[in-house]
Amino acid sequence: MSDGNQPRQERRPDRAALVIAAALAVVAIVIAWSTANMGGAATYARIGPTTFPYVIAFGLFVLAICTAYVALRGDFPQREEQNFPPMLWIVGGLAAQMLLLKTVGFSIATGLLFAATARGFGKGPLWMTVPLGIVLAFAIWFVFAKGLQLALPAGPLERLF
Amino acid sequence: MDTFALLAQGLLTALEPINLFYALVGVTLGTAVGVLPGIGPALTVALLLPVTYKLDPAGSLIMFAGIYYGGMYGGSTTSILLNTPGESASIVTALEGNKMARAGRGGPALATAAIGSFIAGLIATLGLAFIAPWIVSIALSFGPAEYFALMVLAFMTVSAAFGDSALRGLTALAIGLTLGLIGIDLQTGQARLAFGIPDLLDGIEVTTLAVALFAVGEALSVAATKSAREQKIEPVKGSVWMNREDWARSWKPWLRGTAIGFPIGAMPAGGAEIGTFLSYSVEKQLTTKPEEFGHGAIEGVAGPEAANNASAAGTLVPLLTLGLPTTATAAIMLAGFQQFGLQPGPLLFANNPQLVWGLIASLLVANFMLVVLNLPLIGLWVRLLSIPTHWLYAGILMFATLGTIGANPSSFELGMLLAFGLMGYGLRRFGYPIAPVVVGLILGPMAEQQLRRALAISQGDPTVLVGSPIAIVLLLLAVTAVVLPMILRARGQGKVLAQLAGDED
Repeated sequence: MSDGNQPRQERRPDRAALVIAAALAVVAIVIAWSTANMGGAATYARIGPTTFPYVIAFGLFVLAICTAYVALRGDFPQREEQNFPPMLWIVGGLAAQMLLLKTVGFSIATGLLFAATARGFGKGPLWMTVPLGIVLAFAIWFVFAKGLQLALPAGPLERLF
Repeated sequence: MDTFALLAQGLLTALEPINLFYALVGVTLGTAVGVLPGIGPALTVALLLPVTYKLDPAGSLIMFAGIYYGGMYGGSTTSILLNTPGESASIVTALEGNKMARAGRGGPALATAAIGSFIAGLIATLGLAFIAPWIVSIALSFGPAEYFALMVLAFMTVSAAFGDSALRGLTALAIGLTLGLIGIDLQTGQARLAFGIPDLLDGIEVTTLAVALFAVGEALSVAATKSAREQKIEPVKGSVWMNREDWARSWKPWLRGTAIGFPIGAMPAGGAEIGTFLSYSVEKQLTTKPEEFGHGAIEGVAGPEAANNASAAGTLVPLLTLGLPTTATAAIMLAGFQQFGLQPGPLLFANNPQLVWGLIASLLVANFMLVVLNLPLIGLWVRLLSIPTHWLYAGILMFATLGTIGANPSSFELGMLLAFGLMGYGLRRFGYPIAPVVVGLILGPMAEQQLRRALAISQGDPTVLVGSPIAIVLLLLAVTAVVLPMILRARGQGKVLAQLAGDED
């Protein structure tokens, strides 16, 4: 960390960590609620399918309280500043692949992911990386779908072969 | 001796031409992927799992053995030539190995790492072969209560004993356990936490989770880091062979590292990095040239690297004999077994001895292949190291999604990959360890089953859980694993524990 040696100003409540604590508490409540509403089969054994979820929900709740305590004291490790646009490229690439996979097939969808990831790490231009990604993804599709009989969704490009 | 006969039979299986071919493919792929910076053995195994989907169980597990050992070798190459270790267990190797490479002694550093790994792998695999039947015979007498206690112990050592915060370790474990709840309950057929979504009924795939946390999470966090890491590949100058002095200074650390690493890996105590740190400090104290430590001492490469590999083989002891994964890598390997409907544990030794002993024998074969392949091919590995970051991560994500799509070609599965990837980024950003999440997901449902079996046998009486001396000792150890580090941290000795924090393993 670049500023690791500087003395800390003062320990302030860590808001992001408080959000984590809240999220843990919400998950605990969702588990407990979902388990309580599970329906009939649940009750016939004393130690049935509901016991473990309740234990975990309770544990998560305790952990949420502890996390909130640590967050209020500002005891979480220091974090570096983050650069968000590159992350958005990668997340966008993954989302595009997920949404397009069924319609355009493995190669094109994965090629887009490839190009978007490279763009996230600062490599462009897209008119060069997209075709490159599609060619690579097609080669992978060919090896795995034809050679190893893995079920990879086919699109217009794959159906040519 | 029975073990010899079984091992010899295993060797016959492993030496069949087709199995030799699988092992060769496994070690080559494992090394190639393991060498890539940012990819540790856990991700190597998870990424290469789809390659084995269509093989028969024996062939697939043999290839797996090769991938596992190859990934370990690849990691050490990365940490010597590039100062960013691909796996946490290689951090120590990077300390001295990278200094040696900078001083133009990269060749001998790679050689001592490779030969040390070979010797450690050989001894530890033989150790595995001899210790396994013995543990199996004890484990056969274990009831559900003992298994449950054993799993609680594994939970605690994996999550709370090491790292810089027991709270964050336990939270990571609880996240894994929560994910493990999702899906159909094995004993009653009751759907839990599925919220009416059919894709969730089968539960969460360990490989999807592991690939998301390790590959997608890592890619996001590297992309988001502002301060670019300095990455300088040290060229391998001169001969890769070790001179007489190198040999003289290496052989004892190899053996000591093996002696330290194997027991630590074999105990349900988590990552390989503990052994490497211990070995490093032992070598530092025993060396005749203390002035070289910190400037490229060959003992500091030889010992930890042997410890690393010995403990990797040691991890297979609880995995194969008890079905207990103690590292993220072992958790993924367990998932690999399960895809063939095989449940590692004492019964696997009884019902499927050919498979188990074939696997152990192919570890030996893989080890031989690696020492033959690795040094001559060093030029190739160096070229893999110099792949620019943007192509590297674009390729990693391509293969990460390939594995997920190959296992289950649905958009929902990819959505989970993305969601868990974002979670992995969050875990990294806030200093949560990753391994407990993966181990919790696979071990949680197993622990629940044992708990319910134990309570069903006792007709609901919870004292059955502390009904035998073995169970009591295991549970006490589990408590110690949480409480002792807390005391150490409170007394300001937490630094050592934080250093032992495992990210990958």
